[in-house]
Amino acid sequence: MEELTYIIKRILQMIPVLLIITLVIFFGMRLIPGDPVLLLVGNRASDDAIAAMRAKMGLDEPLFMQYLLFLKQCLTFDFGNSLTLKSSVVDLFKQKAVITASLTLMTILFSILISFPLGYLAGVKHNKKIGSFIDSLSLTFISVPEFLIGLIIMLIFSLKLGWFPVGGWGSTVGEHIHALILPAFTGALGTSALVLRNIRGNVIEVLKMDYVDFAYSKGISPWKIKVKYILKNVLISTVTLLAMRMTYMLAGSIVIESIFALPGLGQMLLNAILSRDYTVVQGTVFLFSIIVLVMNLITDVSYSLLDPRVKLN
Amino acid sequence: MADQTEEVILEVKNLRTDFVSEEKTVHAVQDVSFRILRGETFGLIGESGCGKSVTCRSLMRLLKDPGKITGGEIIYNGTDLLTLKDKEMQKIRGGEIGMIFQDPMTTLNPVLTIREQIVESIKEPGMTKKQKDKRALELLKMVGIPSAKERLKCYAHQFSGGMRQRAMIAIALASNPHLLLADEPTTALDVTIQDQIIKLLKRLKKELNMSLVLVTHDLGVASQMCDHIAVMYAGRIMEMAKAEDIFEKPRNPYTYGLMRAIPSIEKKGEGLYSIDGMPPNLDDMPSGCPFSPRCEFCEEICKKEIPELVEVEPGHFSRCHCLEKMMNIKGRLEKEEGGMSDE
Amino acid sequence: MKKRLFGKHSVFFWIAVLFLIIIFAMALFPGLFTHYDPIKQDMTALLQKPSAEHWLGTDNLGRDVFARVVYSARLDLAIGFFAMLIPAMIGTFVGLLSGYCGGKVDAIIMRILDIFTAFPLMILVIAIVAILGSGIKNLFIAIWLVGWREYAKLVRSEVLVVKNSEYILAAKTLGYSNLRVMFRHVLPNVVNSAFVYAISDIMLCMLMGASLSFLGLGVPTPTPEWGAIISEGKSFMMTAWWIVAFPGIMLALTGISISLVGEEVSKRLQKSK
Repeated sequence: MEELTYIIKRILQMIPVLLIITLVIFFGMRLIPGDPVLLLVGNRASDDAIAAMRAKMGLDEPLFMQYLLFLKQCLTFDFGNSLTLKSSVVDLFKQKAVITASLTLMTILFSILISFPLGYLAGVKHNKKIGSFIDSLSLTFISVPEFLIGLIIMLIFSLKLGWFPVGGWGSTVGEHIHALILPAFTGALGTSALVLRNIRGNVIEVLKMDYVDFAYSKGISPWKIKVKYILKNVLISTVTLLAMRMTYMLAGSIVIESIFALPGLGQMLLNAILSRDYTVVQGTVFLFSIIVLVMNLITDVSYSLLDPRVKLN
Repeated sequence: MADQTEEVILEVKNLRTDFVSEEKTVHAVQDVSFRILRGETFGLIGESGCGKSVTCRSLMRLLKDPGKITGGEIIYNGTDLLTLKDKEMQKIRGGEIGMIFQDPMTTLNPVLTIREQIVESIKEPGMTKKQKDKRALELLKMVGIPSAKERLKCYAHQFSGGMRQRAMIAIALASNPHLLLADEPTTALDVTIQDQIIKLLKRLKKELNMSLVLVTHDLGVASQMCDHIAVMYAGRIMEMAKAEDIFEKPRNPYTYGLMRAIPSIEKKGEGLYSIDGMPPNLDDMPSGCPFSPRCEFCEEICKKEIPELVEVEPGHFSRCHCLEKMMNIKGRLEKEEGGMSDE
Repeated sequence: MKKRLFGKHSVFFWIAVLFLIIIFAMALFPGLFTHYDPIKQDMTALLQKPSAEHWLGTDNLGRDVFARVVYSARLDLAIGFFAMLIPAMIGTFVGLLSGYCGGKVDAIIMRILDIFTAFPLMILVIAIVAILGSGIKNLFIAIWLVGWREYAKLVRSEVLVVKNSEYILAAKTLGYSNLRVMFRHVLPNVVNSAFVYAISDIMLCMLMGASLSFLGLGVPTPTPEWGAIISEGKSFMMTAWWIVAFPGIMLALTGISISLVGEEVSKRLQKSK
């Protein structure tokens, strides 16, 4: 019950934030130089044609009315058609979101697989050589830009060895998965470096706590201690970090999608911004912000479920 | 202490524990030997860093990372614990031997309920979940936690300091240990709560017929609880005897210094005695007796040779080259002061 | 004491310092390192392999890769440093104000922060670059507009801890003005963590600048910048690996070096506490 009231309260708090976000998006878009109508009809179109197109897009209305129209679109999740692509914004979003969401999930999966065992090892052996080595390695992957890692991985595994496609999304599920492995691995290297360092720090902290020794003194098996005592306590802050990274990636790993030519949300947004496709930018950015806010809420709730010391309020 | 009619439950022979790092090896505990009798309370006392906690953890083979037992024997019921495999040792821990720690804040797992933490340490085979829950409730009641039933569902952060300590004791007792190791069990607590916990431990020890190893730097706590006491300094036992002998007729300059540093009403108005200097750094030990740089009775030999722990009176062991000199001066001092008399 | 490869007092730390000194020298006096012009095209020497004449080869327009890599150092370091500096100052001030004043001021600032965090960083920067147009100046403005968030959060949480400590209460009871307490007493005690973050932020900003240039949104051609060079050279990756490899190595090593120095500084600061 407590949780439910909290969630409702948080959702209510989102409303003013979303309202301001719509303002920022709307007027931000109007600040981008270049006339979308000219872009659509071409520079040599007649004045009549331009005026007709302007009216059709509702751009002849006063700015305030245009904003109200946008608000209505936000409420109904119907953002009209893309100015440059012959498709509705919501359809485009859905279509691209599948790609980005799969990429994100696979990246998170890889990150967990890499960072949990290595982070644990680095924490337990933090004053041994292997621990420092893992630590230094993770520092390296934080300090090297994603696009560079991506290029190197692509060079080795696609261009030289030919194990994976150079880019694109493919058309069957098998091809989709195949196409996602390298981009997901690229993203996972950076993310798992961050997560690993977090886990390492937490493991060191937890191992200092007497409750781990107390558990040993109770004769509990080492395996059970690792899972129930160390992992569970470490998981709490790691979940938050992973969720933050996930939000960041869901919003389109623009760089990774661009390197591996994945037609995901990031690519779409980048192209839309560059081609002044107002409707697409407005719609996707608004949907993004909802995703971010909801993800933040889920993170906070799951945090309190994992850690009994945290009260929701 | 060589009373042969009593049953020895644990015997430590020449225990040596080192902290090994790449650069150096520090001897945290060396040449430590003692026996614990069934049903008694054995105190390990000394200043912080003297090796008493390390000794206690060594008994459980639970040393923090670079720590390693490098020599000696720990004989429990006829078996040397140091020769046991990890799996077998795991059965001893939380079976025959239990342990409680100093800081109840950090000793209870913050993300598990008290019930879970008690239940998981119940070792009796073939108990149903219901029986285990019942046992957990009994244990909480036994350590004097009010409205125990509701408290079972709570987490550690919902308890007060004293309650946490009680809960920790309940958890450690869940497996009916015959020997309980208590590492500074009262240090982190307020004085009034300290007193309650001491009384609780005393009562439980009697009720459950346990032996207790009490590690403390608090001489007051030690005098209230212990039957035998070993005084440690810089990783070695300096003196070991019945508790009342340690307090009333110390036979070692270090213990003597500790006793003189206890404030008492009789000596009111006189400045408080204190031992000059600091305990030696464990990786930079004096070549002879570890206490020699601070000892007021120090002779040439003390700076060269480490004295052996010898039986100076029946059941009373001391490690000192200059015991006679100390006894003479001590006798003179006490005559002048008219303070505590010896025999 | 034995020197160690990893961990404290590591050999790597000193290598990193040395490397950064060389990069600084390149940034300040690129002319000392090469006599080639990084922009000048030479159609008679396209895509040449590394040789005695062109140490790191030439690119598809016949420009000397070594010269381009050297001349990039100035811009990349400048992006890293100045893109960090302004947000660090703004963010620290905002966080200080928010944490110290509390109440309504805090509530308003936190809501603004909420809105800023609701937009993913990269999208915000790209949108701003799109509004203002690409180019170095706009790249800075974009990073400045979003970079302060982290500092504000970090400093605010530190201030909340420090605010209720005895010495701040003491300063207040002595009747010092709020402004004086804030800057003379609170700020010095919270600035450490912001400082540690700032060092790694130099690296992050540098990478962000390079990434934007890689996407074609940062520095315009033909200005030499590591990210931009990699972006231009990536289509020749299979045939002329040297165009991408050397700026890549420089970018990676600079990033790693800054991180290593940052780690060491944060360790020292923690120890001195």
